[in-house]
Amino acid sequence: MEIKTNKKTEAGEELIRVEGLEKKFGSLQVLKGIDQVIRKGEVVSVIGPSGGGKSTFLRCLNLLEVPDGGSIFFEGVDITRKDVDINLHRQKMGMVFQHFNVFPNMTVGENVTMAPVLLGKKTKEEAREMAKELLNRVGLLDKIDAYPQKLSGGQKQRLAIVRALAMEPDVMLFDEPTSALDPEMVGEVLNVIKELVKTGMTTVIVTHEMGFAKEVSDRVLFMDGGVIAEEGTPEELFEHPKSERTKEFLGKVLY
Amino acid sequence: MIENLIRVWDKYWILFLQGLGITLLLSLITVVAGCILGFLLSLLRMSKLRIFHFRPLNTIAGIYVEVIRGTPILLQLYFFYFMLPEMIPFLNPSKLVCCTFALCLNSAAYVSEVIRAGIQAVDKGQTEAARSLGLNQKQTMMHVVLPQAVKNILPALCNEFVTMIKETSLASTFFVGELMTVYRTISGALFLTIEPLIIVGIIYFIVTFTLSKGVLYMEKRMAASAA
Repeated sequence: MEIKTNKKTEAGEELIRVEGLEKKFGSLQVLKGIDQVIRKGEVVSVIGPSGGGKSTFLRCLNLLEVPDGGSIFFEGVDITRKDVDINLHRQKMGMVFQHFNVFPNMTVGENVTMAPVLLGKKTKEEAREMAKELLNRVGLLDKIDAYPQKLSGGQKQRLAIVRALAMEPDVMLFDEPTSALDPEMVGEVLNVIKELVKTGMTTVIVTHEMGFAKEVSDRVLFMDGGVIAEEGTPEELFEHPKSERTKEFLGKVLY
Repeated sequence: MIENLIRVWDKYWILFLQGLGITLLLSLITVVAGCILGFLLSLLRMSKLRIFHFRPLNTIAGIYVEVIRGTPILLQLYFFYFMLPEMIPFLNPSKLVCCTFALCLNSAAYVSEVIRAGIQAVDKGQTEAARSLGLNQKQTMMHVVLPQAVKNILPALCNEFVTMIKETSLASTFFVGELMTVYRTISGALFLTIEPLIIVGIIYFIVTFTLSKGVLYMEKRMAASAA
Protein backbone atom coordinates (compact mmCIF):
# COMPACT_ATOMS: atom_id res chain seq x y z
CA MET A 1 0.00 0.00 0.00
CA GLU A 2 1.26 3.40 -0.96
CA ILE A 3 1.44 5.93 1.85
CA LYS A 4 1.51 9.55 0.83
CA THR A 5 3.33 12.05 2.97
CA ASN A 6 0.87 13.92 5.11
CA LYS A 7 0.59 17.61 4.41
CA LYS A 8 0.58 19.64 7.59
CA THR A 9 -1.18 22.94 7.90
CA GLU A 10 -2.20 25.11 10.83
CA ALA A 11 -5.67 23.62 10.80
CA GLY A 12 -4.35 20.13 11.49
CA GLU A 13 -3.26 17.15 9.47
CA GLU A 14 -5.23 16.13 6.45
CA LEU A 15 -7.35 13.08 7.35
CA ILE A 16 -9.69 12.63 4.40
CA ARG A 17 -9.15 14.06 0.94
CA VAL A 18 -11.91 13.67 -1.65
CA GLU A 19 -11.09 14.38 -5.27
CA GLY A 20 -13.66 14.58 -8.08
CA LEU A 21 -16.05 12.17 -6.36
CA GLU A 22 -18.88 10.99 -8.60
CA LYS A 23 -21.72 8.57 -7.94
CA LYS A 24 -24.56 7.41 -10.14
CA PHE A 25 -27.60 5.37 -9.27
CA GLY A 26 -28.67 4.01 -12.63
CA SER A 27 -28.96 7.03 -14.86
CA LEU A 28 -29.32 9.45 -11.95
CA GLN A 29 -26.09 11.26 -11.13
CA VAL A 30 -26.20 11.84 -7.38
CA LEU A 31 -22.71 13.23 -6.89
CA LYS A 32 -21.25 15.40 -9.62
CA GLY A 33 -17.63 15.82 -8.71
CA ILE A 34 -16.98 16.64 -5.06
CA ASP A 35 -13.63 17.96 -3.84
CA GLN A 36 -13.16 18.23 -0.14
CA VAL A 37 -10.49 17.99 2.54
CA ILE A 38 -11.31 17.05 6.12
CA ARG A 39 -8.60 17.68 8.66
CA LYS A 40 -7.85 15.97 11.96
CA GLY A 41 -10.00 17.28 14.78
CA GLU A 42 -12.35 19.09 12.47
CA VAL A 43 -16.12 18.96 12.91
CA VAL A 44 -17.88 19.23 9.56
CA SER A 45 -21.65 19.38 9.15
CA VAL A 46 -23.31 18.60 5.85
CA ILE A 47 -26.69 20.22 5.33
CA GLY A 48 -29.01 20.65 2.39
CA PRO A 49 -32.30 19.50 0.89
CA SER A 50 -33.25 15.83 0.57
CA GLY A 51 -31.90 14.22 -2.58
CA GLY A 52 -29.00 16.65 -2.66
CA GLY A 53 -26.45 13.88 -2.18
CA LYS A 54 -25.54 14.46 1.49
CA SER A 55 -25.96 10.89 2.67
CA THR A 56 -24.44 9.45 -0.49
CA PHE A 57 -21.40 11.65 0.01
CA LEU A 58 -21.01 10.43 3.59
CA ARG A 59 -21.55 6.78 2.63
CA CYS A 60 -18.90 7.09 -0.06
CA LEU A 61 -16.33 8.12 2.54
CA ASN A 62 -16.17 4.58 3.94
CA LEU A 63 -17.16 2.99 0.65
CA LEU A 64 -20.56 1.75 1.72
CA GLU A 65 -21.39 3.26 -1.64
CA VAL A 66 -18.77 2.54 -4.26
CA PRO A 67 -17.95 5.73 -6.18
CA ASP A 68 -18.18 5.76 -9.96
CA GLY A 69 -15.42 8.32 -10.29
CA GLY A 70 -12.81 10.21 -8.33
CA SER A 71 -10.62 9.25 -5.39
CA ILE A 72 -10.89 9.21 -1.63
CA PHE A 73 -7.68 9.40 0.38
CA PHE A 74 -7.96 8.32 4.00
CA GLU A 75 -4.82 8.86 6.07
CA GLY A 76 -2.90 9.20 2.84
CA VAL A 77 -4.15 6.02 1.17
CA ASP A 78 -6.44 6.02 -1.85
CA ILE A 79 -9.11 3.66 -0.53
CA THR A 80 -10.96 3.54 -3.85
CA ARG A 81 -8.12 1.50 -5.33
CA LYS A 82 -9.01 -2.14 -5.93
CA ASP A 83 -5.88 -3.48 -4.19
CA VAL A 84 -6.70 -1.73 -0.90
CA ASP A 85 -8.29 -3.82 1.86
CA ILE A 86 -11.17 -1.52 2.71
CA ASN A 87 -12.03 -3.54 5.83
CA LEU A 88 -8.82 -2.41 7.52
CA HIS A 89 -9.60 1.24 6.82
CA ARG A 90 -13.22 0.94 7.87
CA GLN A 91 -12.02 -0.10 11.32
CA LYS A 92 -10.73 3.45 11.65
CA MET A 93 -13.95 5.08 10.44
CA GLY A 94 -16.89 4.82 12.79
CA MET A 95 -20.33 5.20 11.33
CA VAL A 96 -23.69 5.94 12.91
CA PHE A 97 -26.86 5.40 10.90
CA GLN A 98 -30.25 7.04 10.80
CA HIS A 99 -31.97 3.79 11.75
CA PHE A 100 -29.43 2.80 14.45
CA ASN A 101 -28.88 -0.68 13.00
CA VAL A 102 -27.96 -2.13 16.38
CA PHE A 103 -27.66 -5.92 16.33
CA PRO A 104 -30.88 -7.34 17.83
CA ASN A 105 -29.41 -10.81 18.34
CA MET A 106 -26.75 -9.53 20.73
CA THR A 107 -26.94 -7.90 24.14
CA VAL A 108 -25.98 -4.26 24.52
CA GLY A 109 -22.55 -5.31 25.76
CA GLU A 110 -22.04 -7.77 22.91
CA ASN A 111 -23.02 -5.10 20.40
CA VAL A 112 -20.07 -3.08 21.66
CA THR A 113 -17.49 -5.84 22.10
CA MET A 114 -18.22 -7.99 19.05
CA ALA A 115 -16.16 -6.11 16.47
CA PRO A 116 -13.08 -5.29 18.60
CA VAL A 117 -12.86 -8.92 19.77
CA LEU A 118 -13.60 -10.49 16.39
CA LEU A 119 -11.09 -8.28 14.62
CA GLY A 120 -8.41 -8.98 17.21
CA LYS A 121 -8.13 -5.46 18.60
CA LYS A 122 -8.98 -6.46 22.15
CA THR A 123 -9.34 -9.54 24.31
CA LYS A 124 -12.80 -10.33 25.61
CA GLU A 125 -11.98 -8.95 29.06
CA GLU A 126 -10.42 -5.76 27.74
CA ALA A 127 -13.36 -5.20 25.42
CA ARG A 128 -15.84 -5.77 28.23
CA GLU A 129 -14.03 -3.24 30.43
CA MET A 130 -14.00 -0.70 27.62
CA ALA A 131 -17.68 -1.37 26.89
CA LYS A 132 -18.51 -0.66 30.54
CA GLU A 133 -16.62 2.60 30.47
CA LEU A 134 -18.12 3.76 27.16
CA LEU A 135 -21.64 2.72 28.12
CA ASN A 136 -21.25 4.53 31.40
CA ARG A 137 -20.33 7.69 29.52
CA VAL A 138 -23.63 7.60 27.59
CA GLY A 139 -25.70 6.47 30.58
CA LEU A 140 -26.35 2.92 29.41
CA LEU A 141 -24.20 0.95 31.83
CA ASP A 142 -27.21 -0.55 33.58
CA LYS A 143 -28.42 -1.94 30.23
CA ILE A 144 -25.21 -3.82 29.42
CA ASP A 145 -26.83 -7.25 29.60
CA ALA A 146 -30.20 -6.25 28.14
CA TYR A 147 -31.20 -6.85 24.55
CA PRO A 148 -31.68 -3.81 22.27
CA GLN A 149 -35.36 -4.70 21.93
CA LYS A 150 -35.81 -3.23 25.41
CA LEU A 151 -34.20 0.11 24.50
CA SER A 152 -35.84 3.32 23.34
CA GLY A 153 -34.81 4.90 20.04
CA GLY A 154 -32.53 7.38 21.78
CA GLN A 155 -30.88 4.62 23.78
CA LYS A 156 -30.39 2.53 20.65
CA GLN A 157 -28.69 5.42 18.92
CA ARG A 158 -26.43 6.05 21.91
CA LEU A 159 -25.56 2.36 21.82
CA ALA A 160 -24.79 2.64 18.10
CA ILE A 161 -22.42 5.52 18.82
CA VAL A 162 -20.66 3.53 21.54
CA ARG A 163 -20.42 0.51 19.23
CA ALA A 164 -18.62 2.65 16.66
CA LEU A 165 -16.35 4.23 19.28
CA ALA A 166 -15.30 0.82 20.57
CA MET A 167 -13.20 0.39 17.44
CA GLU A 168 -11.29 3.54 18.46
CA PRO A 169 -11.83 5.21 15.11
CA ASP A 170 -9.96 8.23 13.77
CA VAL A 171 -13.14 9.76 12.37
CA MET A 172 -16.83 9.44 13.13
CA LEU A 173 -19.40 9.64 10.35
CA PHE A 174 -22.97 10.43 11.36
CA ASP A 175 -25.72 9.88 8.82
CA GLU A 176 -28.76 11.86 10.05
CA PRO A 177 -28.39 10.40 13.56
CA THR A 178 -31.53 12.04 14.94
CA SER A 179 -33.91 11.89 11.97
CA ALA A 180 -35.61 8.66 13.05
CA LEU A 181 -36.00 9.68 16.69
CA ASP A 182 -39.03 10.90 18.60
CA PRO A 183 -38.57 14.61 19.27
CA GLU A 184 -38.03 14.14 22.99
CA MET A 185 -35.06 11.85 22.35
CA VAL A 186 -33.19 14.08 19.93
CA GLY A 187 -31.56 16.04 22.75
CA GLU A 188 -29.97 13.08 24.52
CA VAL A 189 -28.33 11.88 21.30
CA LEU A 190 -27.12 15.33 20.32
CA ASN A 191 -25.61 15.73 23.79
CA VAL A 192 -23.61 12.54 23.36
CA ILE A 193 -22.33 13.79 20.01
CA LYS A 194 -21.45 17.16 21.57
CA GLU A 195 -19.46 15.44 24.31
CA LEU A 196 -17.68 13.40 21.67
CA VAL A 197 -16.80 16.47 19.64
CA LYS A 198 -15.29 18.06 22.76
CA THR A 199 -12.79 15.20 23.00
CA GLY A 200 -11.35 16.31 19.66
CA MET A 201 -12.82 13.51 17.56
CA THR A 202 -12.85 14.29 13.85
CA THR A 203 -16.53 14.26 12.91
CA VAL A 204 -18.56 14.48 9.74
CA ILE A 205 -22.27 14.76 10.36
CA VAL A 206 -25.13 14.87 7.92
CA THR A 207 -27.98 16.55 9.72
CA HIS A 208 -31.21 18.46 9.51
CA GLU A 209 -30.63 19.95 12.97
CA MET A 210 -29.51 23.41 11.91
CA GLY A 211 -29.12 24.75 15.42
CA PHE A 212 -26.88 21.85 16.28
CA ALA A 213 -24.83 22.20 13.11
CA LYS A 214 -24.34 25.87 13.87
CA GLU A 215 -23.28 25.19 17.42
CA VAL A 216 -20.78 22.35 17.05
CA SER A 217 -19.32 22.69 13.57
CA ASP A 218 -16.02 24.16 12.52
CA ARG A 219 -17.22 24.10 8.97
CA VAL A 220 -20.58 23.61 7.25
CA LEU A 221 -21.09 22.23 3.76
CA PHE A 222 -24.30 23.02 1.94
CA MET A 223 -25.00 20.32 -0.64
CA ASP A 224 -27.55 20.61 -3.40
CA GLY A 225 -27.92 18.91 -6.76
CA GLY A 226 -24.92 16.65 -6.23
CA VAL A 227 -22.39 19.40 -5.58
CA ILE A 228 -21.19 21.38 -2.59
CA ALA A 229 -23.03 24.59 -3.41
CA GLU A 230 -21.46 26.55 -0.58
CA GLU A 231 -19.16 25.99 2.38
CA GLY A 232 -17.85 28.05 5.22
CA THR A 233 -17.81 28.55 8.96
CA PRO A 234 -21.22 28.27 10.61
CA GLU A 235 -21.27 32.04 10.92
CA GLU A 236 -20.48 32.63 7.26
CA LEU A 237 -22.97 30.10 6.04
CA PHE A 238 -25.87 30.69 8.38
CA GLU A 239 -25.56 34.48 8.87
CA HIS A 240 -24.16 35.56 5.52
CA PRO A 241 -24.94 32.94 2.91
CA LYS A 242 -23.64 33.93 -0.49
CA SER A 243 -25.43 31.57 -2.88
CA GLU A 244 -29.08 32.16 -3.70
CA ARG A 245 -29.77 28.46 -3.25
CA THR A 246 -28.39 28.49 0.29
CA LYS A 247 -30.44 31.56 1.18
CA GLU A 248 -33.56 29.94 -0.18
CA PHE A 249 -32.92 26.71 1.73
CA LEU A 250 -32.13 28.41 5.02
CA GLY A 251 -35.19 30.63 4.59
CA LYS A 252 -37.38 27.54 4.45
CA VAL A 253 -36.01 25.64 7.45
CA LEU A 254 -36.60 26.65 10.99
CA TYR A 255 -33.82 26.52 13.51
CA MET B 1 -67.08 -50.59 8.65
CA ILE B 2 -65.85 -49.76 12.15
CA GLU B 3 -65.45 -53.47 12.74
CA ASN B 4 -63.35 -53.75 9.62
CA LEU B 5 -61.18 -50.82 10.69
CA ILE B 6 -60.43 -52.46 14.01
CA ARG B 7 -59.84 -55.80 12.38
CA VAL B 8 -57.37 -54.37 9.86
CA TRP B 9 -55.52 -52.39 12.53
CA ASP B 10 -55.35 -55.38 14.88
CA LYS B 11 -53.94 -57.59 12.22
CA TYR B 12 -51.53 -55.24 10.50
CA TRP B 13 -50.56 -52.53 13.00
CA ILE B 14 -46.95 -53.61 12.88
CA LEU B 15 -46.90 -53.10 9.12
CA PHE B 16 -48.48 -49.67 9.46
CA LEU B 17 -45.93 -48.59 12.04
CA GLN B 18 -43.09 -49.96 9.95
CA GLY B 19 -44.41 -47.99 7.01
CA LEU B 20 -44.59 -44.89 9.17
CA GLY B 21 -41.01 -45.51 10.27
CA ILE B 22 -39.81 -45.63 6.69
CA THR B 23 -41.88 -42.55 5.82
CA LEU B 24 -40.34 -40.60 8.69
CA LEU B 25 -36.84 -41.82 7.92
CA LEU B 26 -37.22 -41.01 4.25
CA SER B 27 -38.54 -37.52 5.03
CA LEU B 28 -35.80 -36.87 7.58
CA ILE B 29 -32.99 -37.94 5.26
CA THR B 30 -34.56 -35.92 2.49
CA VAL B 31 -34.87 -32.76 4.52
CA VAL B 32 -31.42 -33.01 6.12
CA ALA B 33 -29.73 -33.65 2.79
CA GLY B 34 -32.03 -31.07 1.23
CA CYS B 35 -30.89 -28.54 3.83
CA ILE B 36 -27.21 -29.12 3.12
CA LEU B 37 -27.67 -29.03 -0.65
CA GLY B 38 -30.14 -26.19 -0.34
CA PHE B 39 -27.72 -24.12 1.70
CA LEU B 40 -25.00 -24.58 -0.92
CA LEU B 41 -27.51 -23.78 -3.62
CA SER B 42 -28.61 -20.60 -1.87
CA LEU B 43 -24.95 -19.54 -1.61
CA LEU B 44 -24.63 -20.04 -5.35
CA ARG B 45 -27.78 -18.03 -5.94
CA MET B 46 -26.45 -15.15 -3.86
CA SER B 47 -22.89 -15.29 -5.18
CA LYS B 48 -21.51 -12.11 -6.62
CA LEU B 49 -19.15 -13.82 -9.07
CA ARG B 50 -19.54 -11.95 -12.32
CA ILE B 51 -18.04 -12.50 -15.74
CA PHE B 52 -18.86 -9.32 -17.64
CA HIS B 53 -22.62 -9.04 -17.21
CA PHE B 54 -23.10 -12.77 -16.82
CA ARG B 55 -23.35 -14.32 -13.37
CA PRO B 56 -22.75 -18.01 -14.08
CA LEU B 57 -23.29 -19.44 -10.58
CA ASN B 58 -26.52 -17.51 -10.04
CA THR B 59 -27.82 -18.56 -13.42
CA ILE B 60 -27.05 -22.26 -12.97
CA ALA B 61 -28.62 -22.34 -9.51
CA GLY B 62 -31.58 -20.31 -10.74
CA ILE B 63 -32.25 -22.66 -13.63
CA TYR B 64 -32.00 -25.65 -11.30
CA VAL B 65 -34.54 -24.20 -8.88
CA GLU B 66 -36.93 -23.21 -11.63
CA VAL B 67 -36.77 -26.62 -13.33
CA ILE B 68 -37.44 -28.43 -10.05
CA ARG B 69 -40.28 -26.12 -9.14
CA GLY B 70 -41.70 -26.20 -12.63
CA THR B 71 -41.99 -29.98 -13.01
CA PRO B 72 -44.13 -32.44 -11.02
CA ILE B 73 -42.40 -34.25 -8.20
CA LEU B 74 -43.78 -37.53 -9.56
CA LEU B 75 -42.00 -36.88 -12.84
CA GLN B 76 -38.76 -36.27 -10.94
CA LEU B 77 -39.23 -39.57 -9.11
CA TYR B 78 -39.74 -41.42 -12.39
CA PHE B 79 -36.74 -39.67 -13.89
CA PHE B 80 -34.29 -40.69 -11.18
CA TYR B 81 -35.88 -44.11 -10.78
CA PHE B 82 -34.82 -44.83 -14.35
CA MET B 83 -31.79 -42.56 -14.66
CA LEU B 84 -29.84 -43.27 -11.48
CA PRO B 85 -29.19 -46.96 -12.21
CA GLU B 86 -28.00 -45.88 -15.67
CA MET B 87 -25.74 -43.17 -14.27
CA ILE B 88 -24.12 -45.24 -11.52
CA PRO B 89 -24.63 -48.89 -12.57
CA PHE B 90 -21.65 -50.05 -10.50
CA LEU B 91 -23.39 -48.97 -7.27
CA ASN B 92 -26.57 -50.75 -8.25
CA PRO B 93 -28.83 -48.30 -6.41
CA SER B 94 -31.98 -49.73 -4.89
CA LYS B 95 -35.46 -48.34 -5.59
CA LEU B 96 -35.42 -46.63 -2.20
CA VAL B 97 -32.08 -44.95 -2.94
CA CYS B 98 -33.37 -43.67 -6.28
CA CYS B 99 -36.49 -42.23 -4.67
CA THR B 100 -34.54 -40.68 -1.80
CA PHE B 101 -32.17 -39.14 -4.30
CA ALA B 102 -35.01 -37.59 -6.28
CA LEU B 103 -36.74 -36.28 -3.16
CA CYS B 104 -33.46 -34.78 -1.86
CA LEU B 105 -32.84 -32.90 -5.08
CA ASN B 106 -36.44 -31.70 -5.02
CA SER B 107 -36.22 -30.59 -1.41
CA ALA B 108 -32.92 -28.79 -2.00
CA ALA B 109 -34.57 -26.46 -4.49
CA TYR B 110 -37.32 -25.48 -2.07
CA VAL B 111 -34.98 -25.23 0.91
CA SER B 112 -32.61 -22.98 -1.02
CA GLU B 113 -35.49 -20.59 -1.65
CA VAL B 114 -36.42 -20.67 2.05
CA ILE B 115 -32.82 -19.90 3.06
CA ARG B 116 -32.43 -17.19 0.46
CA ALA B 117 -35.65 -15.50 1.54
CA GLY B 118 -34.65 -15.82 5.20
CA ILE B 119 -31.27 -14.20 4.61
CA GLN B 120 -32.66 -11.47 2.42
CA ALA B 121 -35.32 -10.67 5.01
CA VAL B 122 -32.58 -9.50 7.40
CA ASP B 123 -32.48 -5.70 7.21
CA LYS B 124 -29.78 -4.37 4.90
CA GLY B 125 -28.81 -1.90 7.63
CA GLN B 126 -27.48 -4.81 9.67
CA THR B 127 -24.99 -5.68 6.96
CA GLU B 128 -24.03 -2.04 6.53
CA ALA B 129 -23.45 -1.60 10.25
CA ALA B 130 -21.27 -4.70 10.40
CA ARG B 131 -19.28 -3.73 7.33
CA SER B 132 -18.82 -0.19 8.65
CA LEU B 133 -17.14 -1.66 11.73
CA GLY B 134 -14.61 -3.36 9.48
CA LEU B 135 -16.03 -6.89 9.39
CA ASN B 136 -15.50 -8.60 6.04
CA GLN B 137 -18.31 -10.20 4.09
CA LYS B 138 -17.86 -13.63 5.63
CA GLN B 139 -17.66 -12.34 9.21
CA THR B 140 -20.76 -10.24 8.60
CA MET B 141 -22.59 -13.31 7.32
CA MET B 142 -21.50 -15.59 10.18
CA HIS B 143 -21.87 -13.22 13.12
CA VAL B 144 -24.63 -10.82 12.14
CA VAL B 145 -26.81 -11.97 9.25
CA LEU B 146 -27.06 -15.76 9.69
CA PRO B 147 -27.92 -15.72 13.42
CA GLN B 148 -30.84 -13.44 12.58
CA ALA B 149 -31.78 -15.32 9.42
CA VAL B 150 -32.01 -18.62 11.33
CA LYS B 151 -35.07 -17.27 13.13
CA ASN B 152 -36.78 -16.74 9.79
CA ILE B 153 -35.55 -19.99 8.32
CA LEU B 154 -36.02 -22.58 11.06
CA PRO B 155 -39.84 -22.62 11.20
CA ALA B 156 -40.01 -22.72 7.40
CA LEU B 157 -37.61 -25.68 7.35
CA CYS B 158 -39.77 -27.56 9.83
CA ASN B 159 -42.75 -26.91 7.59
CA GLU B 160 -40.71 -28.31 4.71
CA PHE B 161 -40.29 -31.48 6.77
CA VAL B 162 -44.05 -31.68 7.30
CA THR B 163 -44.62 -31.21 3.57
CA MET B 164 -42.03 -33.86 2.78
CA ILE B 165 -43.79 -36.41 5.00
CA LYS B 166 -46.78 -36.06 2.70
CA GLU B 167 -44.72 -35.90 -0.50
CA THR B 168 -42.97 -39.20 0.25
CA SER B 169 -46.30 -40.92 -0.35
CA LEU B 170 -45.60 -40.44 -4.06
CA ALA B 171 -42.67 -42.82 -3.71
CA SER B 172 -45.23 -45.59 -3.17
CA THR B 173 -45.51 -45.60 -6.97
CA PHE B 174 -42.32 -47.65 -6.81
CA PHE B 175 -43.28 -49.74 -3.76
CA VAL B 176 -40.45 -48.52 -1.55
CA GLY B 177 -42.12 -49.63 1.68
CA GLU B 178 -43.29 -46.34 3.19
CA LEU B 179 -46.75 -45.82 4.63
CA MET B 180 -48.61 -45.51 1.33
CA THR B 181 -46.91 -48.66 0.05
CA VAL B 182 -48.20 -50.44 3.14
CA TYR B 183 -51.69 -49.29 2.21
CA ARG B 184 -51.34 -50.70 -1.29
CA THR B 185 -50.02 -54.00 0.05
CA ILE B 186 -52.77 -54.44 2.60
CA SER B 187 -55.62 -53.30 0.39
CA GLY B 188 -54.36 -55.71 -2.27
CA ALA B 189 -54.21 -58.60 0.20
CA LEU B 190 -57.62 -57.97 1.78
CA PHE B 191 -59.49 -56.58 -1.22
CA LEU B 192 -60.45 -53.67 1.06
CA THR B 193 -59.86 -50.19 -0.30
CA ILE B 194 -61.42 -47.76 2.17
CA GLU B 195 -60.59 -49.07 5.63
CA PRO B 196 -56.78 -49.25 5.34
CA LEU B 197 -56.89 -45.89 3.57
CA ILE B 198 -58.65 -44.33 6.56
CA ILE B 199 -56.11 -45.81 8.94
CA VAL B 200 -53.20 -44.53 6.85
CA GLY B 201 -54.89 -41.13 6.59
CA ILE B 202 -55.29 -40.92 10.36
CA ILE B 203 -51.61 -41.80 10.86
CA TYR B 204 -50.48 -39.15 8.37
CA PHE B 205 -52.76 -36.60 9.97
CA ILE B 206 -51.68 -37.26 13.55
CA VAL B 207 -48.01 -36.95 12.61
CA THR B 208 -48.26 -33.82 10.46
CA PHE B 209 -50.76 -32.08 12.75
CA THR B 210 -48.60 -32.65 15.81
CA LEU B 211 -45.50 -31.43 14.01
CA SER B 212 -47.26 -28.34 12.65
CA LYS B 213 -48.48 -27.41 16.11
CA GLY B 214 -44.95 -27.95 17.41
CA VAL B 215 -43.60 -25.58 14.77
CA LEU B 216 -46.19 -22.95 15.70
CA TYR B 217 -45.18 -23.25 19.33
CA MET B 218 -41.52 -22.92 18.42
CA GLU B 219 -42.25 -19.81 16.33
CA LYS B 220 -44.05 -18.20 19.23
CA ARG B 221 -41.23 -19.04 21.60
CA MET B 222 -38.66 -17.54 19.23
CA ALA B 223 -40.72 -14.40 18.70
CA ALA B 224 -40.98 -14.00 22.46
CA SER B 225 -37.28 -14.52 23.12
CA ALA B 226 -35.09 -11.45 22.77
CA ALA B 227 -35.74 -10.26 19.22
